[in-house]
Amino acid sequence: MSTSTYPLSPSLPELAPGAGQEQLLEISMGPQHPSTHGVFRMNVMLDGERVVRLKPVFGYLHRNHEKIAESETYLGSMPYTDRLDYLCSLTNNWGYALAVEKLAGIQVPERAEYLRIITGELTRLLNHSCLLGFLLQDMGSSGTPLMYAFREREKILDLFEALTGARMMCNYMRFGGCRADMPAGWLDQAKQVVAGYPRFLDEYEKLLVSNEILMERTQGIGVLSKELAVNAGMSGPMARASGVNYDIRKVDRYGLYERFSFRVPLGAHGDVYDRYMIRFLEMRESLTILNQAMRDIPGGPIVDPKMKIRGFRPKPGEAYGRIESPKGELGFYLISDGSPNPYRYRVRPPSLINLTVLEDLCLGQNVADVVAILGSVDIVLGEVDR
Amino acid sequence: MNLESIKSAVEEGVPGCRIEIVENSSPSAQHSLLVDTGHGFAIAGFLRDAAGCRFDFCSNVTGVDWPPKELSTKIKVKKLIDGVEREVDELRKTLIPGYLEVVYHLYSQELKQGPLPLRLRTADRDAAVHLPSLTPVWRSAEFQEREVFDLFGVIFDGHPDLRRILMWDGFIDHPMRRDYVEPDDYEYEPTAHDEVLQRARQHMAEAGGR
Repeated sequence: MSTSTYPLSPSLPELAPGAGQEQLLEISMGPQHPSTHGVFRMNVMLDGERVVRLKPVFGYLHRNHEKIAESETYLGSMPYTDRLDYLCSLTNNWGYALAVEKLAGIQVPERAEYLRIITGELTRLLNHSCLLGFLLQDMGSSGTPLMYAFREREKILDLFEALTGARMMCNYMRFGGCRADMPAGWLDQAKQVVAGYPRFLDEYEKLLVSNEILMERTQGIGVLSKELAVNAGMSGPMARASGVNYDIRKVDRYGLYERFSFRVPLGAHGDVYDRYMIRFLEMRESLTILNQAMRDIPGGPIVDPKMKIRGFRPKPGEAYGRIESPKGELGFYLISDGSPNPYRYRVRPPSLINLTVLEDLCLGQNVADVVAILGSVDIVLGEVDR
Repeated sequence: MNLESIKSAVEEGVPGCRIEIVENSSPSAQHSLLVDTGHGFAIAGFLRDAAGCRFDFCSNVTGVDWPPKELSTKIKVKKLIDGVEREVDELRKTLIPGYLEVVYHLYSQELKQGPLPLRLRTADRDAAVHLPSLTPVWRSAEFQEREVFDLFGVIFDGHPDLRRILMWDGFIDHPMRRDYVEPDDYEYEPTAHDEVLQRARQHMAEAGGR
């Protein structure tokens, strides 16, 4: 049987000095470029202002997370997952806890599932607000939108600090539940933050969504087709902006997400503007989930009482657990050989895989658009390089 | 479609292929398909395109290193000892050769089924570490296969751009292998000073040594 192959990166122009090629300019964007969101480099070949080739260079933040986790006990690498995508430590915890729970067959009490959903959705709010701020900062609206986003983020970080003891490196989830219950008055505080959030979103939307400069800079830029999005493994807002209906909260219904009613917004064009708008809409859906979760949260234990913390050795076997993190499909693949530490520990990093199409998105665009396109992919280098 | 019917569909669609189900004994019960290297590419294409399978989304690609293992089993052997036949325990050692394994987690966006783990194994860990690249079938494997090449040393035939991705280009070993030994000093570079010392040592040796 003949297999039709998918077109790989569009054919590269001959770059040897020759007829008509003298004007090509190779520039190295990064690793210290402020718009690369960390230490990330792109080798860009330019014809005038037009991008004719773009090769991402990774590894500046590589510390072999997976190898370190394999020499550590299962619980020992829980705090280390915080450092993957350091904006969203709680969803990283959740993904890892879910994979281990699948591997060892652990049940999670209902209250813990609600706590996970509340913290997870707060993380999504936080991540998307920040991303929108960064994206606009990259496009030159210096300061204001980013500061507005950080003001809201600070409120959520205060909630995290009250609940987990840390603002960013939360280390909150445990296999079979969560580490700490809500302190007195926390739920009211959280309800207040959530109730105030739509006001911020309205303000932000009014300020920017119909802003002519923003529309000019983002509409029709970096268009990703639906077919390529599926074939290149896009997930999260990247895929949904291109119209791929793929939300693991709906597909796998992990946790207790089947109890909540929420919609999955989909984009129609797959350009930077759609990726930007999708995050607005997702934040509104997160708010409805949060409202339902905070209304219905039951009492009870927050961790499975039968769960052993010390001497935890899952039976030999393997498991792949995945969740919908704010960046996309965050998966953990674990193989156990019956010893206290995992034989194989693999993180499926959504940020890295969403960068697969970066060159396809940038070809033919102006060099200033590369910044906007990269910003709309939403990467955190702690996760890309691991 | 369950795993059995996928297996029989593949056997029908790709004639001559060898495919088996690898049981997973953990509570997750995610059983996987082990396919042979020669037909790996054709099987991947079949899984992507055939009706009923339609695994159009490859979410995760990763490597696993299985070094050679020495299994020692005790067996009872009858032996003549001092003219009397006795049962004696004898230790028999069998060497299970090592291999590198690449696992693909597939999912079908169209039929909403999966994840299906697909495994390919190399013949050994030294010379025959070649596997067919599945990047032409699923673009999402592009960076992830590069990562498996970088960290495990699997060579993917047919990959469009097989370079190191996380380690730097001049790096020699593959750090995710189980028997990897870290260098004492990652940043060691021979300096001019080393060269001078070397030359001095050579000179002394040639001069008869003292």
